[in-house]
Amino acid sequence: MVLVVILTMSEVEVAGYRGRLAEVLRRENVEVGDEVEVILPDGRRFAGRLMAKYENSPPDFISLKIRSGYNVGVHLPEGSRVIKLREGTAPAFRRPPPPVQDPSLPHVTIISTGGTIASRIDYGTGAVKPALSSEDLVSLIPEITDVAHINAEILFSIFSEDMTPEMWDTIAAKVNGLIKNGVDGVVITHGTDTMHYTAAALSFVLQNPPVPVVLVGAQRSSDRPSSDAATNLIAAVSIGARAPFGEVVLSMHEGHGDDLIVVHRGTRVKKMHTSSRDAFRSVNSAPLAYYRGGELILVERGLNPRGSDRYSFYPGFSDEAVLIKFFPPMKPDILEHYASKGVRGIIIEGTGLGHVSSSWIPTLRRIIRDGIFVGMTSQCVYGRVNMNVYSNGRRLLSIGVTPLDDMISEVALVKLMWVLRRASELDEVKGLMIRRIAGEMNDRSLPTRVSWIGD
Amino acid sequence: MGIDYRSLGLRVGLEVHRQLSTKSKLFCECPVEPSGSGREVTFVRELRPAQSELGEIDPATLFESQRARKFVYKGNTSDICLVEMDEEPPHPINEEAVEVALTVALLLNSEPVDELHVMRKVVIDGSNTSGFQRTCIVATGGSIRVGDRDIPIQAISLEEDSARIVETRAGEVVYDLQRLGIPLIEVSTAPEISTPEEAMKVAKSIGDLMRATGKVRRGIGSVRQDLNISIVGNCLVEVKGVQELELMPSIIDYEVRRMSMMRELSSLLRERGVTKDAIIMNDPVDLTDAFSNTGSRLVKTRLLSGDRVVGLRLPHLAGLLKSPDGGPIRLGREVAEYVRAWTGVEGVIHSDEVPGYGISQREVEEVRGLLNSSKDDAFVLVMGDAERARAALQRVRERLIGVIQGVIDETRAPLQDGTTQYARPRPSAARLYPETDIPPLVISREYLMGVRARLPRRFEEVIEELRSRYNLSGQLVAQLIDEDRVNEFEELVKLGIAPSFAASFLTEVLKELKRDGLDVDSVPFDEFLDFFRMVVNGETAKEAARDVVAYLARNRGSSAREAVVKLGYRAPRIEEVIAVIDALIDEYSRSGHRDVTGPVMGELMKRYRGKVDGAVLSRLVRERTK
Repeated sequence: MVLVVILTMSEVEVAGYRGRLAEVLRRENVEVGDEVEVILPDGRRFAGRLMAKYENSPPDFISLKIRSGYNVGVHLPEGSRVIKLREGTAPAFRRPPPPVQDPSLPHVTIISTGGTIASRIDYGTGAVKPALSSEDLVSLIPEITDVAHINAEILFSIFSEDMTPEMWDTIAAKVNGLIKNGVDGVVITHGTDTMHYTAAALSFVLQNPPVPVVLVGAQRSSDRPSSDAATNLIAAVSIGARAPFGEVVLSMHEGHGDDLIVVHRGTRVKKMHTSSRDAFRSVNSAPLAYYRGGELILVERGLNPRGSDRYSFYPGFSDEAVLIKFFPPMKPDILEHYASKGVRGIIIEGTGLGHVSSSWIPTLRRIIRDGIFVGMTSQCVYGRVNMNVYSNGRRLLSIGVTPLDDMISEVALVKLMWVLRRASELDEVKGLMIRRIAGEMNDRSLPTRVSWIGD
Repeated sequence: MGIDYRSLGLRVGLEVHRQLSTKSKLFCECPVEPSGSGREVTFVRELRPAQSELGEIDPATLFESQRARKFVYKGNTSDICLVEMDEEPPHPINEEAVEVALTVALLLNSEPVDELHVMRKVVIDGSNTSGFQRTCIVATGGSIRVGDRDIPIQAISLEEDSARIVETRAGEVVYDLQRLGIPLIEVSTAPEISTPEEAMKVAKSIGDLMRATGKVRRGIGSVRQDLNISIVGNCLVEVKGVQELELMPSIIDYEVRRMSMMRELSSLLRERGVTKDAIIMNDPVDLTDAFSNTGSRLVKTRLLSGDRVVGLRLPHLAGLLKSPDGGPIRLGREVAEYVRAWTGVEGVIHSDEVPGYGISQREVEEVRGLLNSSKDDAFVLVMGDAERARAALQRVRERLIGVIQGVIDETRAPLQDGTTQYARPRPSAARLYPETDIPPLVISREYLMGVRARLPRRFEEVIEELRSRYNLSGQLVAQLIDEDRVNEFEELVKLGIAPSFAASFLTEVLKELKRDGLDVDSVPFDEFLDFFRMVVNGETAKEAARDVVAYLARNRGSSAREAVVKLGYRAPRIEEVIAVIDALIDEYSRSGHRDVTGPVMGELMKRYRGKVDGAVLSRLVRERTK
């Protein structure tokens, strides 16, 4: 009986507050938004509206919004009193009325998967949280209905680091369905952290699509006036509605300003900055296009044209592939570990032109002989691996390590996951891995510091 | 013409903002003092309104959002980083700045908060790249004694300074990012100040108290005051960004007069039966045709550029738009300022000023006809493309309805002539929401005890101490403190220079030289010390100080010794001076003077001014005449 009481006590939670504070608030029937007066044992008094607890604030502090609109934290020692003065309204997001849509415009569907672009501040935890629906986005950024008739739906509401290969498939199946139903363009809002993995995954599944499939995100959450969500989304919808190509692309800010958006190929892009709006860069390739002042400027020729009849849909990923980054004193035990866990393919992010320590060679030889695929990319990020230049590289080649040309290591991993679902023999896997499938490799290396469009 | 402020129920609250001279900015490690030694960066942004956590949008934010504009930002990599560019989350709050704010709080007997929550105050005029200003309340309550009154303090906050406007172009504002992020302390008083003079004194006292921390920035723009002004029966007007203390009384006086006049106009309008409905019932009319043969150059130029003339009838308002006393306060100006702020349309012409601007009586008659307006009515004309002109007239209506209903809450900007102009609606509490990128900071009792132990002396205490120790006037001490020269003063006195001379040299003499255009700040203090050391050693005279400093300012890199020699202020050998004194005494005694001291001193000063200290000469003459 006593035990039961203790359990219920600890379960009491009011607006994120627990334990003694939650008890005090519950006794007074106080909820978030209510006007309260707090009387401390030393006689100090504070009046304000109760705000939800900050996640990392100490347990006996409450958060009050005082009359000026400021929040302050008040320490409530034992013996403090909380008096409810007036009932308030709990914070809620109020959506502006949605704009009137023009059905004669190209039809674009926005699929929301979560992330910063669809997030606002979570006043419960004080952190940024995915909370905006696609409909919210349409209401908040009505300009997108000037270029397209928008349908919007939420597929997931997750941070992109929680994305899985199954989810890539769910997204791909959704897009495939939309394509079959004759949509003119698809926009996928996505958390930026792993957006380039998803872009690569969709590129292998949705080959030569008849319409643009545009991944887009934001580096600043859409609850702030300076968010890049609006400019990015407007550009993505325009590309979805009007671009002359059918490709899986990722479009974000080119620089620090809101005036230029860049369109990257889904298999050629990498997140290169933790916070800046221009985090995404095309690697070992020119971007496909730019978007500026409502106009699309094509850089790349020979793209799969809009309306292409070569479209094919190849879903499915294996989770038996891993990516390893080599570092100087790293021992090869990790290879044994993965081999024992049933991994069928390993991408190594090696040094320079594609090397690992010579001490790795016996282990590598053994696991490759056992049928595990080992592909080599470079941690230099830019450039192509070439394992013929140094003897270490030549030895790696001779024991069966596969050089993966100028492929980005994350893209190589995603490709391997996709390949392992369709090939069982090592030679077959190898053959697919070095075959160009979705623009992920190129035989020609171009200089990296080139301005792809003039002013 | 004096106004009885008390009978009008004048209540003024102050917000004094002061930049801190901390090592780095409030939310990043960029320096507070710029060097401009890196690379220039430029980028273009847009801002959109955001909701508060209560789901409301602030009126001041809506005001800015309907003026769709682009913002061009410029900065130098030596002075700004990705934080100012809104490309990186803020770093944890600068603890040096928190300590200064807590110091000010304790000096004002304010109660520090237990936990500091940084908030985002939405500001989408572009002055903050993020679209909000980060700000937090550090303490509440307390008071400051001014004269015989204790003015209550409401809050002490710490916030980041905004970017500075460089240029406003059509649809575009250019900002310099250097200032963005400099810590600002804001002290706000309760609205209990009752006269314009008192407001100025309170602002000065708060400023002095902040300076006692030794961590405030000096110079143009380092202090800004906001005034909240109200009189009985009216709403609150906020005048933002007053930089000169001296301007404060005239601004408050202007606002009191303006509000009183608006109140009178309000009742006058109601007496004449002008209602909200009557204003709304009249629609804008396109009057362009009435001006097809106009002799007004103003109108003609606008028509040639494709603008329309659109007018609005204002029932029963005849004679009320002009100034009743020829002064600056008039309904016409109120309306024009409001229209300009909301729509950017310049020049609202009203019936009380035409014929005028080249507009003829006949045109006025025709306009009246087209607007169906009688002699009792007034009208306004605006020029612009049809849509903008109509939008402007909508704002005319809005302003007049505001006046009928009494003075409305608004933010106004100070002008150099001591008047103010409409800036935007007053922001509400809805524009504050939590800055989630910065975890709350607990202000522990132990930490506060440390701050309390390090409290600086109050300004008045420092003045009193220096005054009594050195027997100086309060004014001279205040000047030394004002110009941050107390330490230098004490060094000179330690050398053996008379306190009164040292004080007036460091304040008045240097100020005069500066006024003459000499860059005395570039002269290292060590050179001053060398010079005064020579004075003490009898190698030159203190009277040479002014010329020596002037020489050092003009000849950068030269030494005090060199200046003394070049200027011919090197003291002669003492034996030589004594010989001269003896000869003079002899000469004057022989010519029949009974007391030779006076004329001998006169001759000596002529010959040795700036070379030998007057006091030394006087002592020698006394000795030799004995």
